[in-house]
Amino acid sequence: MSFTFERGKLAAVPSGSVIPERDLDKTPILETRHLGIDFGGLHAVQDFNLTIGRTEIAGLIGPNGAGKTTVFNLLTKVYQPTRGTILLDGMDTAGKTTEQINRMGIARTFQNIRLFNNLSVEDNVKIGLHNQKSYSMLAGILRLPSYWKQEKAAHERALALLSIFEMQDMADVRAGSLPYGAQRRLEIVRALATSPSVLLLDEPAAGMNPSETAELMETIVTIRDIFQIAIVLIEHDMSLVMNICEGICVLNFGQVIAKGSPEEIQANPAVIEAYLGRKKEE
Amino acid sequence: MKMKKKIAWSDYMTYIGVTIAFVIVSFLKKGGALNRSQLGLLVPICAYITMAISLNLTVGILGELSLGHAGFMSIGAFSGIIAAMSLVNVIPYDGVRMAIAMVVGAVMAGIFGFFIGIPVLRLRGDYLAIVTLAFGEIIKEILTCLIVGVDAEGLHILINIDGSKTASDLNLLEGGKAIIKGAQGAVGTKTIASFTAGYILIMISLIIILNLIRSRSGRAIMAIRDNRIAAESVGIEITKYKMMAFVTSAAIAGAAGALYGLNYSSLAAAKFDFNTSILVLVFVVLGGLGNIWGSIVAATVLYILPEALRSFADYRMLMYAIVLIVVMLATNSSKAKDLLDKLKPAGKEEEQ
Ligand SMILES: Nc1ncnc2c1ncn2[C@@H]1O[C@H](COP(=O)(O)OP(=O)(O)OP(=O)(O)O)[C@@H](O)[C@H]1O
Ligand SMILES: [Mg+2]
Repeated sequence: MSFTFERGKLAAVPSGSVIPERDLDKTPILETRHLGIDFGGLHAVQDFNLTIGRTEIAGLIGPNGAGKTTVFNLLTKVYQPTRGTILLDGMDTAGKTTEQINRMGIARTFQNIRLFNNLSVEDNVKIGLHNQKSYSMLAGILRLPSYWKQEKAAHERALALLSIFEMQDMADVRAGSLPYGAQRRLEIVRALATSPSVLLLDEPAAGMNPSETAELMETIVTIRDIFQIAIVLIEHDMSLVMNICEGICVLNFGQVIAKGSPEEIQANPAVIEAYLGRKKEE
Repeated sequence: MKMKKKIAWSDYMTYIGVTIAFVIVSFLKKGGALNRSQLGLLVPICAYITMAISLNLTVGILGELSLGHAGFMSIGAFSGIIAAMSLVNVIPYDGVRMAIAMVVGAVMAGIFGFFIGIPVLRLRGDYLAIVTLAFGEIIKEILTCLIVGVDAEGLHILINIDGSKTASDLNLLEGGKAIIKGAQGAVGTKTIASFTAGYILIMISLIIILNLIRSRSGRAIMAIRDNRIAAESVGIEITKYKMMAFVTSAAIAGAAGALYGLNYSSLAAAKFDFNTSILVLVFVVLGGLGNIWGSIVAATVLYILPEALRSFADYRMLMYAIVLIVVMLATNSSKAKDLLDKLKPAGKEEEQ
């Protein structure tokens, strides 16, 4: 994989995380403090502290079952945390619902793809645009001018967003019949349509071939550059993580075992053991 | 592949198809080609087509199984009858009273839909089906207890829970008239429902539902059906849009009920039982979930069929069953589907 890009200098923040220096002078877009959740007796995530810079590409890695997806589910309130706080742009998100969290600025994709399978690619993106549009049910039924105006804008915006992945020609295809890689890309486009300030990607490269992954890697960076948002990605493909992530956080059995730059993470004995230890077990 | 153009096209085809059918039947009617029993079927068919497309909104578009749709139909029927009958002396035009009755029926059913929706829409799948089933039965029982009359002082309403009251307990003034007499149901209704009113109702229902599906709100409803968690993750308010679909569906069923109720001089609440809910559900399922045109065709064919098979007497139900099975096979086998798609270039496929 030949793709390289200029990663910003990293700086440590009080939570122990590292974020790009360029984001230091602004409120972190996302910050968790002592975040934790139990499932029965299982401490799925414990004392999770993470700070994400406003334009950072961050990685969340760890062996299977480490609790990575659970962290995303906590951030998006699919699960309510047992302990701890989540600050989004400095605001406490306690008591918010998944749908409110999205409107506050967090969008995500899912490890097991969740598209609106019976609808077209374009409609999937337009559903992502739902809260960017405002005409009422009645205006829609009566097809008032606000309907035509906003639908036209939604159509154009959807195609523009799809063009990020060069998917505009697939606009009318049924989402459920797309090939696997395209489904993953569509999920990213749909999430972007909600105009987030933080994009959470849960294993975006899973099931993709190496050339698709390389392309995805570039596109993720492009997305960050165009939209100037933070991206947090969970990924097992280490080449992707090490190539594009700035700060990386490693989870094992629900606990953070290391945080730092890709170089630091690769050299960290605890990380190596977590991964090698897993290999021995298998 | 071009789904969108096909969708717009299929909407227009639906409007045109319904209109052509209306024009043809109107000519047959004028020309005296229809016998009395055939004429008697026209309004009920319109009412059941409307019922089917409105239930399709809940079952096919929102994706929630409702087994109490006849309950909304009965609320619309009885409130529509009360509205039309109490306005007999005020508004002399049948068509206007019919329109008012349908609006009243829709509003009443919509209000009930809202209050029933509050608890019901928290439930999922089987539970929702069971509760809607119970709702349909409860409404039927309540309407069976209802005694309503109108006189110069206005409406008089009695709830006859212990069975001891009769219409005479309304103590109507001279010239007053009982409209609904408990278990007997509505009696002495002036039948003002017409085939034209039925056609207009179908067209309005179609415009509401088809335009809703192609709008922001409709997409949100279908998003909830396809993947609730993903819908939440893109900021869609699940309860709001479920309620929107449910209430709209109930309101349209209410209007259909008013049309149906004002087609008969007497009508008992028992008519709107579980079997009626299931009958409408059968139309929706056989026509194809989410497929509005399919609902229209299925409702028409399956409503006419038992009547058309009268001459076969004993074999009637057998034939009905065979047709049901054939239709089910046809809508389920992928080959038959492909065939149907070819026969009907603007139909079906995009809804799947
Ligand atoms: N809803 C739940 N109820 C009970 N246990 C759960 C639930 N969700 C996750 N877990 C458990 O929490 C742990 C962490 O799961 P999680 O899905 O977050 O892992 P992950 O790091 O995303 O793993 P993978 O790489 O396989 O996706 C696992 O042991 C899992 O079984
Ligand atoms: Mg996971």
